[in-house]
Amino acid sequence: MSSTVLITIISLSLLAFMSAVILYFVAQKFKVYEDPRIDEVQAALPAANCGGCGFAGCRNMAEALVKADSFDGLNCPVGGAPVMAEAARILGKIAPVVDPTVAVLKCNGSPEFRPKTSSYNGASECRITASLYIGETDCSYGCLGNGDCERACAFDALHMNIATGLPEISDDKCVSCGACVKACPRNLIELRKKAKKDRKIYVACSNCDKGGPARKACKVACIACTKCQKVCAFNAITIENNLAYIDATKCTFCRKCAGECPTNSILELNFPPKKPKIEAEAETANV
Amino acid sequence: MLKTFPIGGVHPPENKLTADIPIEYLPVPENVIIPVSQHIGSPANPVVAKGDTVKVGQVIASGKGFVSANIHSSVSGKVSKIDLAPDSSGYRQTAVFIDVEGDDWLDTIDRSPDIVRDIKLSPEEIVKRCLESGIVGMGGAAFPSHVKLTVPSGKKCDVLIINGVECEPYLTSDHRLMLERGEQILAGVTILMKALKVDKAMIGIENNKPDAIAGMTRLAESFSGITVHPLKVKYPQGAEKQLIKALINREVPSGRLPLDVGAVVHNVGTAHAVYEAVQKNKPLFERVVTVTGKGLTKPGNFMVRIGTPLVKLIETAGGIPGNTGKIINGGPMMGKAVTNTDVPVVKGMSGVILVPGEESVRERIRPCIRCAKCVSACPMNLEPYLLMSLAERNLFERAEAERVTDCMECGSCSFTCPAGRPLLDYIRLGKSNVIKMARQRNLK
Amino acid sequence: MSNLLNVSQSPHVHGKESTQRLMLNVVIALIPAFITSVFYFGAGAVIVTATSVVSCLLFEYLIQRFVLRKPISINDGSALVTGILLAFNLPSNIPVLIIVIGSFVSIAVAKMTFGGIGNNPFNPALVGRVFMLISFPVQMTSWPVPKGFGTGYLDAVTGATPLAVIKEGLKNGEPISDLIARIPTPSQMFLGDMGGSMGEVAAIALLIGFAWLLIRKVITWHIPVSVIGSLALFTAILWRVNPEKNASPMFHILAGGVLLGAIFMATDYVTSPMVPKAMLIYGCGIGIITVIIRVYGAYPEGVSFAILIMNAFVPLMNSYIKPKRFGEEVKNG
Repeated sequence: MSSTVLITIISLSLLAFMSAVILYFVAQKFKVYEDPRIDEVQAALPAANCGGCGFAGCRNMAEALVKADSFDGLNCPVGGAPVMAEAARILGKIAPVVDPTVAVLKCNGSPEFRPKTSSYNGASECRITASLYIGETDCSYGCLGNGDCERACAFDALHMNIATGLPEISDDKCVSCGACVKACPRNLIELRKKAKKDRKIYVACSNCDKGGPARKACKVACIACTKCQKVCAFNAITIENNLAYIDATKCTFCRKCAGECPTNSILELNFPPKKPKIEAEAETANV
Repeated sequence: MLKTFPIGGVHPPENKLTADIPIEYLPVPENVIIPVSQHIGSPANPVVAKGDTVKVGQVIASGKGFVSANIHSSVSGKVSKIDLAPDSSGYRQTAVFIDVEGDDWLDTIDRSPDIVRDIKLSPEEIVKRCLESGIVGMGGAAFPSHVKLTVPSGKKCDVLIINGVECEPYLTSDHRLMLERGEQILAGVTILMKALKVDKAMIGIENNKPDAIAGMTRLAESFSGITVHPLKVKYPQGAEKQLIKALINREVPSGRLPLDVGAVVHNVGTAHAVYEAVQKNKPLFERVVTVTGKGLTKPGNFMVRIGTPLVKLIETAGGIPGNTGKIINGGPMMGKAVTNTDVPVVKGMSGVILVPGEESVRERIRPCIRCAKCVSACPMNLEPYLLMSLAERNLFERAEAERVTDCMECGSCSFTCPAGRPLLDYIRLGKSNVIKMARQRNLK
Repeated sequence: MSNLLNVSQSPHVHGKESTQRLMLNVVIALIPAFITSVFYFGAGAVIVTATSVVSCLLFEYLIQRFVLRKPISINDGSALVTGILLAFNLPSNIPVLIIVIGSFVSIAVAKMTFGGIGNNPFNPALVGRVFMLISFPVQMTSWPVPKGFGTGYLDAVTGATPLAVIKEGLKNGEPISDLIARIPTPSQMFLGDMGGSMGEVAAIALLIGFAWLLIRKVITWHIPVSVIGSLALFTAILWRVNPEKNASPMFHILAGGVLLGAIFMATDYVTSPMVPKAMLIYGCGIGIITVIIRVYGAYPEGVSFAILIMNAFVPLMNSYIKPKRFGEEVKNG
């Protein structure tokens, strides 16, 4: 080997070695102490970084869990009970039982029920249309159909149905992170308690106008006639601002309210078809 | 060299189809819907109930708080109900529904046609009369005028500026008012000068109205302290800040009011309404509305009672053309597209434009080519392409730093954009989010 | 009324501007330069321009259709303009394959990889041209001299361009006064009777194009004036200091691609600043760097590199140089 090569190798190696030594000491001097449990808890979390827990990413949630005295108010909706149990085990705390939830759309105003009364032209984002005017129908509370919720969903659980103009939520993919709830400018999406076999009963309407204008705008609007409230034996239904609401924690899925509703505003999903002796219209189970 | 504002501006085609058509009184309709919120500020509270008989000029809703305005009945008849009615954007607002019977005016209103120049009220009484008569800005913004006439301590007004510009295409109501009621307008200007305690008033009129400029200049010779100034035709010359800059070369600082540079601006229509309120005791219940559009058979300028449904105006103008694609409340640059024709005429409605189908659909949105034409068009020297990009990506703190709240939504940027981008749509989104954010910050 | 009313946000009218019209006006502004290039270089001018335009349009179409699967936008005219400008930067006898490769680099690498129109940081035509210069230095530096309208594509006779003559001569120690005799006169250079790339030779044609662009409000005066002005200023200073070692400002403006670069390449919308103040700084930067490369650098011509270097600074300029907002200076009422 020529002397040039030798000198080059030696000088570069020396440079590398010196840098390594300097870096080691600097790293030691400026080291920030972090509780090693944060890394352990973070490894247990699903790493989706969706913000559903209310924190800015899984690392932030891990830090909060380690710092907290108890797990009250802290929950990872994506990971659910198994992940919270694991975190509890690592930190020696108790994970409270939190009911799993799923997103539902409180509007059923497809064009067959809710006629179009104007034609919107412009940037297709729901938040822009909502700030401009009432929307392409006469219902000032209903879904605008431009898909802000679909764009917000990071789990591929929400897709716009072109025929109905409404978003469809897939129960198995929805992790209840709440991104769609925040994205909807009309607050139409609610995280409701999950029931067995993905059954759902809820008032698919958010219209707070009086019965007359509500019904004129949409055939399946809630007109606050209070028939559902009267027939519910479990006090699960409240009526406020001309709109009925079914409390999912009290509802026993007896389905009596849906049968009473004169406008078919209450949606029953994933139930077996009603027995033929009941003359009420069978709700179509798949939306 | 005509005066103008130096930065930005665009030249939309003028289309002043109704400039030569004199004002025609629209017959009183069979029923009216009078919203209780026709102005900026708190909605007024109804003071009548179902079944009450009302006369023309009677107060039917009383303003709540300082920034609010009274609402007066524009017809005589019986109140049929107080209920929700859709406004221009379709959202329902409280309104007083009146079934019309006859045309019975309050006795206190002076209906004689002679022009009264002698002002008997003191400045404070003038402001009070404006408040009582429900006077709001007639240029479209509908800001309560008595608020503008109340100069807070510490601020001083040295000049009154009268906006006779009417820079929006199609609209001609101010033009006709200046041609036919010029003397009343100037009397109103003198009243405003007395209320503000200034001795100088400048009227700005765009150069596409030479007859109005000539007429007002001639009439102004017999009034003291009022001068008429022709201005270069450029949109948005009629915007408050641009008008002040063009006439007296003062720039209103960002986030502040014209009073901070010593000026107060009023529309010619407002001056006319003030004259009628102060000298004739007539509150604000009717206004001139331009009904125009390329397909209309009888477009015109109509004196309309507040609360008349739009459909009545369109009928008088020859009926709705078959190929109408859009109906605009206001001018084409800043007006609102309405969803149906049952919407009532309100104090701020300066015109109705019926747009044929081919012109009513927007262009396809294409990518931004960074030509910077929006930057050169913006009269406030903002960067619309950047504000749109920030609002799209929810970067509202940066939007605030880029002065998105300075935007007056004139529409010059969207008008100019060669790629047909909806710049103003997103800038409005940015503005509303920044205002929300700032409000939450101030609450903490 | 049977139809539903349209509702959209204001404004409800739109001006006559569109991307297509702007690009069309640029093409019209380039027609005088095309005419002079055919007049001086003959068939080669037509072949090179046609190849470049067709390749650029073809590559944009293929990429949008098969790779990106996006709507086709070749009819907005931007690829057409890139094709013409790329051609105008080339010698009229350059082989077709090299042009195709250059077009590919311009469109596919410099424009489409960044996201298509509006997203590229560097001027596509210049990126293509510089790539070709570095990859095919021999073909890209053999400049034909004008032989007239009837010249065949492969008949071109090459010779040194005025800039090359000056550069070589100065390197050999010859003073300017000797070199003047070997280059065309200023009036010849103004009319285009000199060797060089197809589009850069005829100053008069480019200035007519400039006037058209200004009248049709396609560009503003800021960038061309600041490029030419700063170039003139700095060459004037150097010339004053030593007239025997530096050519006059008039020479520098008429020789080489300054006019083509200042009027058509530096003013490219996507890669130039958005604010007039920033445009002036951008133009001055191009002028200075061009002078530095011409006087001290290895290449006789520096406009392409100068523009590309300043393109890199444009995002920074857009972030920090803001227009003075209406009502900004007065802080308190």
